[in-house]
Amino acid sequence: MSTLALRTRRVAEIAALHADEVDREGRFPAEAVAALKAERLLGIQIPMQFGGESAGMSDIAEVCFALGQVCTAAAMVFAMHQIKVASLVTHGLDSDWHCSLMARIAEEQLLVASSTTEAGIGGDLRNSLCAVEADGEVFSLTKEASVISYGAHADLILATARRNPQAPTSDQVLVALMQDQITLTMTSRWDTLGMRGTCSDGFLLVARDVPLVQVLQKPFAEIAAQSMLASSHLLWSSVWFGIASFAVDRARAYVQGEARKKPGSVPPGALRLAEAANELQAMKGTVIAGLKRFEMAQGNVDDLSSIGFAVMLNNVKTTVSAMAVDIVQRALGIVGLAGYKNGTPFSLGRALRDVMSAPLMISNDRILANTANLLLVQKGGSQLMSA
Amino acid sequence: MVFVNDIRELLKGIGSLADCADRVSEEDDLFEKGLDSFGSVQLMLALEEKYNIEFPDHLLNRRSFSTIRIIRETVSALTVSAAA
Repeated sequence: MSTLALRTRRVAEIAALHADEVDREGRFPAEAVAALKAERLLGIQIPMQFGGESAGMSDIAEVCFALGQVCTAAAMVFAMHQIKVASLVTHGLDSDWHCSLMARIAEEQLLVASSTTEAGIGGDLRNSLCAVEADGEVFSLTKEASVISYGAHADLILATARRNPQAPTSDQVLVALMQDQITLTMTSRWDTLGMRGTCSDGFLLVARDVPLVQVLQKPFAEIAAQSMLASSHLLWSSVWFGIASFAVDRARAYVQGEARKKPGSVPPGALRLAEAANELQAMKGTVIAGLKRFEMAQGNVDDLSSIGFAVMLNNVKTTVSAMAVDIVQRALGIVGLAGYKNGTPFSLGRALRDVMSAPLMISNDRILANTANLLLVQKGGSQLMSA
Repeated sequence: MVFVNDIRELLKGIGSLADCADRVSEEDDLFEKGLDSFGSVQLMLALEEKYNIEFPDHLLNRRSFSTIRIIRETVSALTVSAAA
């Protein structure tokens, strides 16, 4: 087993111990995140020259998958952190300040949160109302952030904002705000069906006298297209694959238990298990193909921002999120009441509630509408083993 | 022939660029001026229709549609190859 796998397993063991409580109380998975820091997993994506491990997307996806099987809140926090780090690693190398931030993330194991959602804009990543208001060498920013996942627990927040108060809503930049540079006033509480431990509360975010060097000068449009789209769809998909795998594992254990009770006959749930395992394998193939395609495209800006690549990633997200829900429901059908009930070795309630978020976090309808638009110009004819 | 003014006329039909299509220079990044992925697809469709061309997949990326100059060069190359 690789060191990364061993470190991941140690975190997963701790995360598993607290997962039910994190869910029940809707609290931050503090123990799991402390373990991620202790195992120095928050900085693995940072380039080695800044003290990280230059881990690729597949390595990070592996951690997301492992945590997704035991504590989806911890898995999502890790995934969202790495999505933000991906933006820094991909787009921050030209800025001295952001390079030193990367070194700090690796050294101090800082947890990075994201603030894109805004009152009046909703979940539309590519528009902002709030704006960077520069005054000499510093700026201020006030954002009605209707959702900041684990905002109250993060060491820094990467927030989208209009480049200046005159800019159109789509001319955005990404600003890094350290915890001691902002005040967060909670405006809504994240009390949800599932994914309760991500603590995606709403806040009024106010930043004052922040040095302008903390604004990433690259247009956010490029950051979104070249790193965020891929990293979020692929890492979230890996978390969802973890949830679905967990559910199939429980269904398999249940069917095997039934088989041992009545030797010589195949339990009725075995056929349904075969179907669920079949779908799980197809889901895995979709996630892995997406990861491989991303790693092939890495560094190639034209490829990463091409229509074919965006269509592929959109399809990974919509396919995998729908399959994840379906697989967990199938597993529940196999296990029956032992899965419906909390506190049994086969309970699936938390997994089902958590996975229901998958088609909703970035609504599949919004993504399909985007794909529909892209398909108006995409041409066909690629080869089996190409994109 | 592909004229800059013809491209500008097409840009006026793209919702997010309608207001600034007359003012953008040939070198301005259209995505910074508000062009989004929906608008860029509408722009591609309008160019395909006007010049009777089809953009191959390898040109369907942000860069091919990022400035008026690049659009003119890309479309010119395609109309020449279509005529040949």
